[in-house]
Amino acid sequence: MDFRQVSRVGLLAVGVVALFGAAADAQTLRIGLQDDPDALDPALSRTFTGRIVFASMCDKLVDIAPDLSFVPQLALSWETAPDGKALTLKLRPDVKFQDGETFDAAAVKYNIERSLTLPGTQRKSEIGSVASVDVVDPLTVRLNLSAPSAPLLAQLSDRAGMMVSPKAAQAAGTNFATHPVCAGPYKFVDRVPQDHITVERFADYWDKARITIPRITYQPIPDTTVRLANLQSGQLDLIERLHPTDLDAVKQDKRFVISTQTGLGYNGITFNIASTEAVNPAFKDPRVRRAFSLAIDREAINQVVYNGVYEVGNQPVPPDSPFYDKALPAPARDVAKAKALLKEAGQPTPMLTMTVTNNNESLQIAQIMQAMVAEAGITLKIVATEFTTMLDQGNRGNFESEMTAWSGRVDPDGNLYSFLSCKGALNDGKYCDPALDKLLDEARVTGDRAKRIELYHQVFELADKDSPIVYFNHQKWINVFTAKLEGYKAYPDGMIRVYDLKLKS
Amino acid sequence: MTLVATSEPIAEVPPTRRARPIRDRFLARPSAVIGALVVLLFVVIALAAPLVAPYDPSGTNWSAIRKPMSWAHWFGTDDLGRDVLTRVIWGGRASLMAGVVSVAIALSIGVPLGLIAGFFGGAVDMILMRVTDALLACPFLILAIALSAFLGPNLTNAMIAIGISRMPIFVRLTRGEVLTVKVEEFVEAARAVGNPPLRIMLRHVLPNVLGPIIVQATLAIATSIIAEASLSFLGLGQQPPAASWGSSLNVAKNYISQAPWMALWPGLAICLVVLAFNLLGDGLRDAFDPREV
Amino acid sequence: MTAYLLRRGLVCLPTLLIVTVIVFLLQVLLPGDPALALAGEDRDPAVIAFIRQEYHLDQPLPVQYAYWIGGVVRGDLGQSIKTKTPVTELIAEKLPVTVELSCLAMLFAVAIGIPAGVVSAVRRGSVWDWVANAVGLFGLSIPSFWLGIMLILVVSVDLGWLPASGYVSPFEDPLQNLRSMIMPAFVLGAASAAVMMRHTRGAMLSAMRADYVRTARAKGLVERVVVVRHGLRNALIPVITLGALELGQLLSGAVLTEQVFTIPGFGKLIVDAVFTRDYAVVQGVVLFTATAYLLLNLAADLLYFAVNPRLRAEVG
Repeated sequence: MDFRQVSRVGLLAVGVVALFGAAADAQTLRIGLQDDPDALDPALSRTFTGRIVFASMCDKLVDIAPDLSFVPQLALSWETAPDGKALTLKLRPDVKFQDGETFDAAAVKYNIERSLTLPGTQRKSEIGSVASVDVVDPLTVRLNLSAPSAPLLAQLSDRAGMMVSPKAAQAAGTNFATHPVCAGPYKFVDRVPQDHITVERFADYWDKARITIPRITYQPIPDTTVRLANLQSGQLDLIERLHPTDLDAVKQDKRFVISTQTGLGYNGITFNIASTEAVNPAFKDPRVRRAFSLAIDREAINQVVYNGVYEVGNQPVPPDSPFYDKALPAPARDVAKAKALLKEAGQPTPMLTMTVTNNNESLQIAQIMQAMVAEAGITLKIVATEFTTMLDQGNRGNFESEMTAWSGRVDPDGNLYSFLSCKGALNDGKYCDPALDKLLDEARVTGDRAKRIELYHQVFELADKDSPIVYFNHQKWINVFTAKLEGYKAYPDGMIRVYDLKLKS
Repeated sequence: MTLVATSEPIAEVPPTRRARPIRDRFLARPSAVIGALVVLLFVVIALAAPLVAPYDPSGTNWSAIRKPMSWAHWFGTDDLGRDVLTRVIWGGRASLMAGVVSVAIALSIGVPLGLIAGFFGGAVDMILMRVTDALLACPFLILAIALSAFLGPNLTNAMIAIGISRMPIFVRLTRGEVLTVKVEEFVEAARAVGNPPLRIMLRHVLPNVLGPIIVQATLAIATSIIAEASLSFLGLGQQPPAASWGSSLNVAKNYISQAPWMALWPGLAICLVVLAFNLLGDGLRDAFDPREV
Repeated sequence: MTAYLLRRGLVCLPTLLIVTVIVFLLQVLLPGDPALALAGEDRDPAVIAFIRQEYHLDQPLPVQYAYWIGGVVRGDLGQSIKTKTPVTELIAEKLPVTVELSCLAMLFAVAIGIPAGVVSAVRRGSVWDWVANAVGLFGLSIPSFWLGIMLILVVSVDLGWLPASGYVSPFEDPLQNLRSMIMPAFVLGAASAAVMMRHTRGAMLSAMRADYVRTARAKGLVERVVVVRHGLRNALIPVITLGALELGQLLSGAVLTEQVFTIPGFGKLIVDAVFTRDYAVVQGVVLFTATAYLLLNLAADLLYFAVNPRLRAEVG
């Protein structure tokens, strides 16, 4: 292209030739994040990228394996009381916090209580079922629950289970986030907001043999293209969330390794069913919503927007989840059936407004849907809104339908309860079905896995019939890293775990 | 009455006396004429978009996603298989309209305020100028971003936001020009015979300060087109499926290495039309103010 | 003269007060609830209520303004709702980055703009004049973000010469810092270079027509001496003033450049803050930038005075 040559010559003319040539440092693993994490305090943290940083700094009571089963981390074993109202954890001995303090049952008690009471805590709703904590002996702790809670262990495998040093936390108060002290493999060094976070290897880590890279820096680079460009030009070693359309370009490059992993969340369209006057009467009828679901071609959206990389879906959990209902596969596009449903509902040509965040990906999907549902007779009007405004409108029920995304939780309850139960905090459309509520409540307190799966399959069936949310696909975590990095393993929660990572020079 | 009659010709004289040289001086500059022609060309294409565009601007085609330039698609296709040439033509409508309308908004608020401040002086002037200074001190783009975030992301609101953010420049410019014109003889004369202030302002002052304002407005259209593109680039301007050059670039930046044509053409279109407006503005400035040449 | 300067300085105060009101009003204007935006995916009502209370968002507006302006007077611009860092600290941290970027861009603009302007004025009508004018016009007409993207594509991705982003502090690694700043400074400075060039050209043209230049020529001085000592020296007066004003413009122009190259400066700070409704940060940064702009204006006036003896005599 002529244009490129012109630029090349132009830049040469500036006379910067002397400064060319890249520097690399095998001592540091440089990770590019999609956005800047918020407060680095496990009790206050709200962002996904914050969790990625914690993955190197803060060990949790339990961890998950790639197949979503639970494995020991700071707790060696755990046991639920027969009535389900207590969880007893045996702790790992000889574990030190990064300030040299000893990790023990008292520290766990302090942390759980801190998560429940710290002003502004984000964890209270996650472990609210914990009524009190007993220190049984220095290495045994018992969480007494107000009611049985099947999702509790999953919560302890995330931020609610991250243990901070009680001494450091007491000294820092709410300023703990500026210098977090945990019991993980790397300790906090410094942070310049929107620029970088640096952590270095903690010499007294309990499992230090598995940690070889001396330092890690995390750099927030929101633009996916720029993030990739930094990887390609050697400024970064690993980037998270590559845009699927960039995959082909990266695949051909032998310098990089691609890791894809289906996430835990979903993308969907939420309909306003009963929230305010904004409700579209035509779409109160489940048949019209099902017609919408049948009119969209999930696979085509996946191909056009995501290069076919994402996982097509129609349930709140992804197809490789143990809870997924195989008897209820994602429907193929069926315009004739959609038309028939609309006719049956007495709404052959309904109009619908859809609120969409003004980012390119959502807008692209919305435009594709617009073209698709038009063929079934549905006129879709796209309203692009800034993310913050959309949250506000969603919360107040000021929308007809909205495109929503949920990052997903290890336990399926986290993908369901808040969205579909009558009083759910995130139930923007105010969908309410007492029968569904009963199933959700029951699944919440059921300890037996097979029984829970059975209950959730019933939930998915009801949710599909009513379609208050039309699920259309599941995100994949596409992380790309230099071939010099060895030992990387992908997890469904999208975290970058640092164990056994090696950086060849 | 006779006195009033004599004051009129005095007021009319300067413009008529200047009219011919202005046109001649403008036409004598080839770059200015080229600028005017290019602007005209873009305007005609934008107006005739439905006739000249080869495809439907929102006609998606799943089997032609991000195809490079070809005979069927001269500028290639975009992320939804739409024809980029068509999108650039239709986008021109939005971008030109954004440039013109936002400047019109800025003019329609800024010029009257500037006239009032300059003509009346005193406390009114004092207050208006302090507010103008304050607005000018806030970074233009930040103000525009905040305003369009407030109004909601769409083209109309982007135009309003840009117009309001641009407005203070016109207040200051108009006021400055009024200050120099208002002490001239013909204004004094009109005042002496007891013409009401509004009449003096509109009939005697305004026509004589229009030159620099027209020049500034032409150049402001250029910067406003860039401003609209900037807002759209940040996702705050034109929203799909409607096209604008800025929003096309916003989408294109994600495909920059696989489909550079998506970014190339809208970007070039912006450069070209902004360049043309700059040439036009330069030509007008030289024509209105021969001292600069 | 002192009296004039004093008066000129005092005028800034009411302007600043109005700026604080405008800046505060941004908060009222911006839709959406920051507490909701900050509460995260889970939108826990207890958390939302806590955030509202902590940042006085539940108070009436005049009260909020009083809280804020009271802090401003004491030099406290509040705390970022997102990262809990004091805004003054954020400014102190980001300012050097943007100042470095702006200064490099200015350096670039001056180094290109002034010589180009002089050459095109002195060799008026020549090919050089034409080229300088054409390049200048292009500099004014290219959207900076587009230029930035194209440069990243060519220089970083295709050629791998310069990093696409990733700011390095000059104290850590000066060379790497410069490498990461070349492209952004070029992109940011391009428009300013064009402005400088055009103004230098205009000022040179009128200076070269002035009587003293004619006298100098009549005295038989070498043309180069005439151009530099008599022409340029006088032409630089308006250009210097303009330079100070351009620097103010660069601070705001940095918004998009920093966005494209992900440079952790002022511009990025504020755009992110607008989108996450981090009011304290938006207000603090806009207030600071506006103040800086007013001071630069003042400095431009002073400079104009300092280099222009005739004006000094006039005002007395």
